[in-house]
Amino acid sequence: MTDQSASAPLVGTPQRGFLGQVARRAESVVLPLAALLTGFAVFSIFLILQGKSPTQFFSLTYQAGFGTAFSWQNTLSRTAPLLLAALCVALPARLGLVVIGGEGAIVLGGVAAGAAGVLLSQTIGVVALPLMAISAMLIGGLWIGAVGALRYYRGVNETIASLLMAYIAIALMNHLVEGPLRDPDSLNKPSTAPLPPPLRVGDIPAWEVHWGLAFGILACLLAWILIEKTTWGFAARISGGNMRAAQVQGLPVGRLIIGFTALGGALAGLAGFFEVAAVHGSANASLASGYGYTGILIAFLARHNPLAIIPVAILLAGFEASSGLIQRRMDLPDATVLVLQGFVFVSILMSDTLYGRFKIFAPERWKSA
Amino acid sequence: MESDLGLWVIPLAILGGAIRVSTPFLFVSLGEVLTERSGRINLGLEGTLVFGAMAGYAIAYLTGSSWLGVLAAAAGGALFGLIHGLICSLPRVNDIAVGIAMMILGMGLAFYFGKPYVQPVAPDLPSINFGWWSEVQQVRAALRVNVLFIIGAVLAFAMWWMLRTTRIGLIIRVVGDSTDAARAMGLRPLLIRTLSTAAGGAFAGVGGAYLSLFYPGSWNEGISSGQGLMAVALVIFARWNPIACFGAALLFGGAGALGPTLQSIGISEGYYLFFAAPYVLTLGVLIATSSPSRAMTGAPGELSITK
Repeated sequence: MTDQSASAPLVGTPQRGFLGQVARRAESVVLPLAALLTGFAVFSIFLILQGKSPTQFFSLTYQAGFGTAFSWQNTLSRTAPLLLAALCVALPARLGLVVIGGEGAIVLGGVAAGAAGVLLSQTIGVVALPLMAISAMLIGGLWIGAVGALRYYRGVNETIASLLMAYIAIALMNHLVEGPLRDPDSLNKPSTAPLPPPLRVGDIPAWEVHWGLAFGILACLLAWILIEKTTWGFAARISGGNMRAAQVQGLPVGRLIIGFTALGGALAGLAGFFEVAAVHGSANASLASGYGYTGILIAFLARHNPLAIIPVAILLAGFEASSGLIQRRMDLPDATVLVLQGFVFVSILMSDTLYGRFKIFAPERWKSA
Repeated sequence: MESDLGLWVIPLAILGGAIRVSTPFLFVSLGEVLTERSGRINLGLEGTLVFGAMAGYAIAYLTGSSWLGVLAAAAGGALFGLIHGLICSLPRVNDIAVGIAMMILGMGLAFYFGKPYVQPVAPDLPSINFGWWSEVQQVRAALRVNVLFIIGAVLAFAMWWMLRTTRIGLIIRVVGDSTDAARAMGLRPLLIRTLSTAAGGAFAGVGGAYLSLFYPGSWNEGISSGQGLMAVALVIFARWNPIACFGAALLFGGAGALGPTLQSIGISEGYYLFFAAPYVLTLGVLIATSSPSRAMTGAPGELSITK
């Protein structure tokens, strides 16, 4: 009895050697990829119905997003905030939370960075820049961490709360930028005072892409280690699976929820810092440019895996970077990218139903037929 | 604008504003009540609302009839609801996430097809002057009530009655409370949920048509500022009761009218903060009515958002 139970595999987790493990992993790559292609196919049919050529659309996207060194620079500059925005969705998702208000943390993080920059404008960059980044991360972390706290202590649905707070954040930004923080010299587009050159974040040498990309990728790597290789990541997954059981096991569920949401919010706040310090040069309404919402799609496409977020974010950044050229060349509205994102998102979520359906990905069922 | 009303202008303007602003809240929340009572949640109604606003405006412009526009908005909304319902009927698909995806798709399609209709002017929906008896201009303005508001109010009572006393209402409630019990009664839960979701989408589409055809009364990409989403919170606040939805919609509408009202009498300080009032109110209501431990009273048992 004891011998047998020790050697027999546990139900549901049999080992079939290297090939079996590859098959298991393949499912989580092949299915999203197939769903992505399905989304592209539906979008192509949509374009054909409009009398537009999908081949032209995708070849233009390739040219403008990935064709030349210049288009790569454009794409990678947009990748930076998307990586951080996607982590803001992926980290709480570890606990089963659907947080979709990362836009609010980006916007307020940007305002905090801009305001800190004004206060510290006499200081040297080495001192000021980290302080600006920290204030952006603090605000972002508090903002989304509050969503986690509301969820844990009051049972408030995090999806609705985070999105409502994104609207509040944008109103708050408009108030601050139009009022107390407004630079009188900004006429048509109310902004905070422009950051002096030493307080601007520059480009990665020889890349002509700002440093946000490096920090975004680093954040993805660290988030992957946190999720996959630490006990906190493991405890978070247990809590996400069954909160009551986790509490019975003595796991600090409240701290995990607030910690993971706050960390996600801090990273989204950091995205706001880079938007201000590396792209716009001051905080203004262009902070609310929808990166937070594209981040939701990226996180779901990547199945909330931080490493997978990197290629997916590059892909979607390329589509967004090519949007202008597609508008001009194909006479399509700027919302075309949004339509594409919608089709891809729906297709990805529908593919959830296919997991475990195909025998080829399930090694334990190979011999039974 | 000289009048002897004095400070009475403010509550009057807020009342009038509440009636004007509340109609989309009312329709979306009634649709959401129907969907949620059948045990499913549709967060995509924000996208449906925007699509309804575009479709209603475009059809009203092309046909010259605002009522055909409303009909088109309802049909478009029903289609979105039907798609949401069918996708959510697949096993292991998360209805909250699908709602977010449908929100993005609805907005994308509305902005895509709505581009040519930003400039043209479509016919307005008719409204009834309940203020004919008054000489005061503000009273007349406040009591100019749109027909859709009245239809929405009647629908709220009709839906309350339907859910409470009719066979269809009973079927929807059973499906929403327990899939197993519904199956035991020989009902088909997925079919009933999908139909309820489609009907809920139609309501949200009509709410959108009100936005573009009456107030603010034109089509542009910023026409909805989260009303579709706030309606989901409003339904929780109203405890899944259609009549309570009517009251809650008026309350949210009043909060939404606060900023414009104060601006119209010359208070523009903190305009953007007043603009945030409906969201702050919604969040406050959510915090006050949620609970970490007990299930919410009146919540359908199968509803994923309350589990």
